[in-house]
Formats: sequence, C-alpha cells, structure tokens
Amino acid sequence: MNPFSSGTRLRDMIRSIRACKTAAEERAVVRKECADIRASINENDPHDRHRNLAKLMFIHMLGYPTHFGQMECLKLIASPGFPEKRIGYLGLMLLLDERQEVLMLVTNSLKQDLNHTNQYVVGLALCALGNICSAEMARDLAPEVERLIQFRDPNIRKKAALCSTRIVRKVPDLAENFVNAAASLLKEKHHGVLITGVQLCYELCTINDEALEYFRKKCTEGLIKTLRDITNSAYQPEYDVAGITDPFLHIRLLRLLRVIGHGDADASDLMTDILAQVATKTESNKNAGNAVLYECVETIMAIEDTSSLRVLAINILGRFLSNRDNNIRYVALNMLMKAIAFDDQAVQRHRVTILECVKDPDASIRKRALELVSLLVNENNVKQLTKELIDYLEISDEDFKEDLSAKICFIVEKFSPEKIWYIDQMLKVLSEAGKFVKDDVWHALIVVISNASELHGYTVRALYKAVIYSEQETLVRVAIWCIGEYGDLLVNNVGMLGNEDPMTVTECDAVDVIEDAITRHSSDMTTKAMALIALLKLSSRFPSISERIKDIIVKQKGSLLLEMQQRAIEFNSIVDRHKNIRSSLVERMPVLDEATFNVRRAGSFPASASTMAKPSVSLPNGVEKPAAPPLVDLLDMDSDDIMSAPSSSGADFLQDLLGVVDLGSSSAQSGATQAPKAGTDLLLDILSIGTPSPAQNSTSSIDLLSTADVNKNPSNVLDAISSPAPPHIATTASAGMFDLLDGLSPSPSKEATNGPAYPPIVAYESSSLKIEFSFSKAPGKPQTTNVQATFINLSPNIFTDFIFQAAVPKFLQLHLDPASGNTLPASGNITQSLRVNNSQHGKKSLVMRMRVGYKLNGKDVLEEGQINNFPRGL
Amino acid sequence: MFLSKNPRNRKSNLRLVVNRDAKFTNFVEFRTHKVIYRRYAGLFFSVCVDMTDNELAYLECIHLFVEILDHFFSNVCELDLVFNFHKVYLILDEFILAGELQETSKRAIIERMSELEKLE
Repeated sequence: MNPFSSGTRLRDMIRSIRACKTAAEERAVVRKECADIRASINENDPHDRHRNLAKLMFIHMLGYPTHFGQMECLKLIASPGFPEKRIGYLGLMLLLDERQEVLMLVTNSLKQDLNHTNQYVVGLALCALGNICSAEMARDLAPEVERLIQFRDPNIRKKAALCSTRIVRKVPDLAENFVNAAASLLKEKHHGVLITGVQLCYELCTINDEALEYFRKKCTEGLIKTLRDITNSAYQPEYDVAGITDPFLHIRLLRLLRVIGHGDADASDLMTDILAQVATKTESNKNAGNAVLYECVETIMAIEDTSSLRVLAINILGRFLSNRDNNIRYVALNMLMKAIAFDDQAVQRHRVTILECVKDPDASIRKRALELVSLLVNENNVKQLTKELIDYLEISDEDFKEDLSAKICFIVEKFSPEKIWYIDQMLKVLSEAGKFVKDDVWHALIVVISNASELHGYTVRALYKAVIYSEQETLVRVAIWCIGEYGDLLVNNVGMLGNEDPMTVTECDAVDVIEDAITRHSSDMTTKAMALIALLKLSSRFPSISERIKDIIVKQKGSLLLEMQQRAIEFNSIVDRHKNIRSSLVERMPVLDEATFNVRRAGSFPASASTMAKPSVSLPNGVEKPAAPPLVDLLDMDSDDIMSAPSSSGADFLQDLLGVVDLGSSSAQSGATQAPKAGTDLLLDILSIGTPSPAQNSTSSIDLLSTADVNKNPSNVLDAISSPAPPHIATTASAGMFDLLDGLSPSPSKEATNGPAYPPIVAYESSSLKIEFSFSKAPGKPQTTNVQATFINLSPNIFTDFIFQAAVPKFLQLHLDPASGNTLPASGNITQSLRVNNSQHGKKSLVMRMRVGYKLNGKDVLEEGQINNFPRGL
Repeated sequence: MFLSKNPRNRKSNLRLVVNRDAKFTNFVEFRTHKVIYRRYAGLFFSVCVDMTDNELAYLECIHLFVEILDHFFSNVCELDLVFNFHKVYLILDEFILAGELQETSKRAIIERMSELEKLE
C-alpha cells in the first residue's frame, strides 16, 4: 500500500529528472510524466492515486503547473486509510491555497476527520486546517477545534491550539470563544503544549482588548512563575540549547509578557524582577542566549517605565553593537531605533559605531544603520554627521546612493542651521547623486536660493563650478535656472563672500553651460525647457552675445518636442523683434514664497503637480508686490523709460507666464488661444494660469482689471489726468502683451486704446465695401505705425477670394500680415494688419494706393482707390 | 512563514540569499518581510518572517530543524531531502504549524515520527 516503499516509480521519476543536463531535457521529462499522470487520472484507478499525487507534488515544487491534480487530493482525503489521507492532505497544503474554490469542497471532509476516532487522522486534519484555513472554513470548523484544545493527547492539543491562532487571525470575532481554553493551556507542563498555548494567548491579546484584560488579570503571575521556573531549572537535555533551557519557550513567554505589560504599570511592576534576572543571568556568548536577551530587551523597552531596567537594556544593546557577529549588530541597530525614544543620550554615545555601520559592506546592516543615523541627528551634530554621510556618498555603491542621498537631503533640510550651509550640502549631494534626488527636493532648493538674496552671487558661482564637473541632471537644472536668473552676478563676481576665490567667467562660458544642457541627448524635456528659458533671460542679461544666444534658440525650432519648438519660435521673436520689451519680460523671478511652497509640498500632490509648484508659488508674490503701485507707476512714468519700468504689472505677469511656459504647457496654450478674443480676457487668462484657486488670485485680478479699464476707457483717464503720456503707456503695456502672442490677430481692445491718439479713419467706401483703418504705434518707434484694417461687406452677397493690395511711395515701407480670412459674408468683416515705416516721419504724412479684388457670384470684381486722409503725424 | 528546503522553489529569494557574502548577516529584507537563512554546506534553509519577529530565534529554529533532520535521516544529505521530500514535510508538520513553533523537543518529534511511520 505504501506509495513510497512499494513502487519505485516516484524515486525513478526524481532520479530521471535529476539526471537531466539541460532545462529543455527536464521539461521534456516532466511533460511526459504529466501526460502519464493525466492518463492515469482518467482511468480513475484508486491504487495509483497516491503515487500520482506524490509525483505531482514533486513536479509542483519544481515550478510546473499541476492544477489538474487538485481533484485527486480531494478524492484521497475522502478515502479511509491513513497513508492515502496523509498524501491527500499534503497535496492539499502544497498544491492549493486558500484562494481556490476547490477548497470549499474540502470543508466537509475536514469536519469528519476532526471528529475521527483515530487521533492521527485528527492530527492530519488539524495540520491541514492550520495551514490553509480560510475565513469561511474558520467559521464552520471553530467549534471542533475549540473542543480539541482539551483533547487528552498532547499532540492533538498543541495542534488544535496553533490551529486556533490561525482561526482567530482569519476571523477576529471568534477570539472570545478561545479565551478560556487558551488560559487553561498556560498551566500545562508539557513544553510543546505550553509553547503553543502561549502563542495562542499572544495572538488573542493582540487582536482583542477584552482577552488582553482577562489574561492580564488571571495569568500574569502564572506566566512569571513559569518563566522563572524554566530560567532557574536544572539542565534538561531534551530542551537544552547551548546551556539555556528551551530558549524558544523563553522567547515566547517574554513576548507574551510584553503585550501584557505594555500600557499597564501594575503588570509591568510584577515582571520587573524576572526581566532583570533574565537580562543579567543569560549567557551571551551563543546565538541562543543572545536571542533570549534580544527578546528581553525588547520587552523591557515596551513595558511601562522602569528606568533602571532600561539602562540595563541599553547596555546590552551597546554590547551587541560592538559584537563581531553581523547578526548581533543588525538586531542591535534595530533595537536602538526603538530605544531612541526613551533615552536619546544613551544612544548618542554609540554614534560613532553606528556611523561605521552605515559603511558596512552588508546591505541589511547599512539600511538599518542609515535609518538609525537619521533619527540621531539633531541641531548640534548635524554638520558633523552630514559631512560623514556626504563623504561616504562619494564612494558608496550605486544601489545604496538612492537611500543615502534621500536621507541626507532629509537631514539637511530638517536641521540646516544656516542657508549657506544648506546650499553647500545640497550642491554636494546633487553633484554626487543628482539622479536619485526627487523633484520636490531640488524645487525646495530653488525656493531657498531665491529667498537668500545675499547668496545669489555665491550660489550661482558655486553651481557653475559644480556643473563643469558633473552632469547629474538635477544639478544641471538647478544650475541653469540660477545662471538664467543670476547670470550677471556670475560674470561680474557680484556679492563675493569673504572666503570665496575670485573667478573669471565670461558670458560665453555661462552660455556654454546652457548650450551643453540643451544639446545633450540625455537631457530630458524639463531640463531643455528650463535651458530655453534661461537662454531667453540671458539674451537680455548679456546683450553683447545675444546673437549667439539667438542662434541656439533658433536651433530648437527644429526640436522634435512640440513644446520646445513652439517656445523656441516665440522666444526667437521676442529676442528678434521685441528688444524693447524684452528686458522687462525677463526680469528676475520674484522671490519664491517658502511658506506656500512648503504647504504645497506637504500636501499629497503627485509629481506632476509638484513640477507646477515653482510658477504657481511665484504668482502670489509677483502679484502682491505690484498690487497697489502698478497703476500709479504706469501713470507716473514717462513714455521714454517705460521699458525699464521694473514693476509694471504687465511685465510681471508676462514673466509669470514665462515661468509657466517651461512646465505647464497646456494651460499656457489654452490661455494663448483665447487671447484674441479680448484684451481684458487675456489679462485674466494670464492671471488664471498656474493658480488653480481663484480665491488666491482675486485681489490681483481686480488690480489687473482696473489696469484693463484704463485701456478700455482711456478717455476717462485722459479726463482725470492732463498729461498726454498715460494713455500712451497703457497702450504700450497691452501692446507688449500681444507681441508675446505674435502672429495672432490683434484684438478690438487695441483699436480702443489707440482711439485718442490717432482716430480711426474710413479709408475707402463704395456701395458694397467699406474699409476702416485704425492706428497704433509700437513703443519707442515713432516712425512705425501699425495699421489695423477692417473690411466690411455692405452688400447682401458673399465675397469670396477676397484680397487686399496696397502700394506706397518710396519713403514708406509697407508690410502686410495675412488677413483673418478671404471670405466676406454679408455684413461680415475681415481684418488685416499692416505695418508702415515712415522714413520721413514728422516731415511727410502717410499716403497709400489700394486695390481690392474679390469674386461675387463667381465674377471677378476689382475696386481701387487712394487713401490720403491718414491722421497727421503718423 | 515558510521553510524552503529545496532552494529551487523560491527563485527570487534564492538569488537574494545565495549571492551574499558569508560574513554578512543572515537576514535579508524582502518586500514586506524578512528572510532569515542559514547555510549548511551546499544547502540553504530560509524562513520568511514578519518584520517584527525575533531574527536570532528563527536562526536557532532553523538549526533545531536541521538537527531533527540529521537525527531522523542519520547524517542527512541533500539526496535524503530530495528523495524523501514527503517525509521532510511530515517532520515539518510536526515542528511548525500555522507559521508558529509547535514543538521544541527533538526527542518528542523523533518519537512522533516513528509512530507515524508505523502507520504508513
């Protein structure tokens, strides 16, 4: 009957599998065996069943699928003999787990076997239940198991006790049913039963407060006595391990005392003596003794205050820490982490040893030690500890750098005594392990740099030096941001600190760094976008090499990234055509608000949101500063120096818009597409970018609205202020906004703003068509006039293929932009902008010949005329 | 908690354990658990335990299990374990149940095994 002694076929199979030289050979053997087993299962011969299943288990252990054998397990379990049941239950435990439906079918067989007259069969059923029991089975079979805890045979009692631990783990509601039975097990003399009883009590105490209270009252003294007895017992060969009687039972008892003593001063008091005895008397030269000591220390740490014991415990840990055995050092580090909550000073004494552990070749020890070090740091030792850690960062394994750099950043941010130290340390970390540094960490660094105005020069120089030697992406990002913002400080050695060596960096050198970053293949989109912004800023800071910068920007027009392409074109046009507004566009970022950033960072927003943090943080600041003054500034200013107006609100917001551009592309785009609708809308749109919450913004939008009002109703302003300058300035501010969004047709607001200076004219009128011109001047270029032409269809018919042509005398240069359309619906209109440059400005006024062609009902129509009613002074 | 006697059946675990230097700790943190292992010549015995469990105790536990195997097979070797895997499981079922230690006496387990063997 015995499948293993009679037949040799299981042995044969194992032997043939082991004889296989290659994995392919092994697969072939297994495939053949599986085919035989399936065939045999189909024949349904009960004699082969156990042998088949035994083979399947071996095949399963090798990692092959064996699901087709699951039903065989159930058949074997239902058969009467012990050997068949044994194999059936073993198959059940190995081949199935509690998630499988088949398990439902086995509950009934288990129930029968739990009530079986043969105690060995009962043992099998308990064992299987203890290993695979699901919540449903636990509910169904709990009464049987509970009864078996009182069974006469100790082998059944201990199995039933452990089975109960699984049942209460699965269904905590059942805990109270087992409390009494568990308490009775604690009085056992049989070590096996006692240890399982202690484990059941521990389980009950951790999941049920009433059970904990019950055991605390009834069993504490009994447990202490048991522990004392085995601690003091004479040599018992059966249970002796390295001179200690049953260390396993020691450990389980100490663990149970831990949950009982935790949070209860009386119970803790009772166990003080025995804990002190265990802590002092246990031999610590063997692993078994150390295991007991370790458990004892953990219990001392967890129970209520007994300070003399804690001193003892920390001394034991100190001994552990200086042990040569790595295992012992590992557990010591583990425990010291808990000890730090009670006695920081005592743990600080071991700081040097712990730091050495951070450098251990063993990853397990390193990880523990690093966590411990980060708990040990305080204001007094932060400099020294950080130095040690950063020194180690240079030589540590690649796979440890991530953990290490994250911890260093955490320590530096939390305990930094001064900003310059923080910046120095962060630069070191970024240079060594920049690729492991998370986004929020380098964002925080930028916020800090931005706030440390006296360190701007120092920081940008330090970054420049660092980035020459390191290509770590995050370092490069911070460096290009700072060079973009503070490039002038870099070149001119502004704000030198006492201990700094002067260095010579030319404007070209600074641009080289950024060019490297933007052309490097490994740079990602964010880095390149930041580099592009930095270039734009530098084009204004370094006017002497702005041509070179422009060339670099122009190259990005060919970028495969749409965002880069678009920004390159826009920035190019800013550099190229709008020199006059550029300097105000690319002013320094306003100081970033640390408080807002920290709040945002603390909030649980994901990486995508954190990349937005920079621009959105900047916005409230940018708004608050000019909140009151902008109107006044605008109005007070002379038209000549408007360009250098440092805090004109328009420029600030454009700057914010640029800040958004580098990262939050989609929102910026949506703002841009809406822009042509109306000037005031545009201002609002720009405002809304980067700040999701309208409330935060409300004041600023009101301010801006009032600026917009100036644009809209200039006559009011004129009425109020006698100077002719203000409306002009207002015009330029809004014109600047539109120039940024170059290529889009100008909006009606522009007409309005130009009204007072140069009234619009009707350039041409016939029975079917009317052409109106309105005018504006680009700031700083009096000889150039922007003409906005509006073609109005006065007829009830549709004009198609509409085209407007114009000719001017030699002293004028004319530039025509594309029209807004070539179809004029009835009573509809088309707009087109023209730019006229008058080389004899002030002497001769504008004059123009024009021709209009279109198709009316398929017929070509041509209209011509001369325009000489331009306002004077254009 | 599991004990894997045949190292092949826990491949990722095996890779973690086997590549470690002999002087390293016998503990590896593995996802949310710890693997405690002990090497006996060419055989690795590893146990996966909770983060809060007593590592040193489980090292001792592995040793006790190996002693029982050694006693049962009288001078155990790898082949004994491979060809008699079902008996190894029989011992294991008497030693550990529901992830907890069931019996700490070597003698008790050996006696129990001889009783069970008579039934087969």
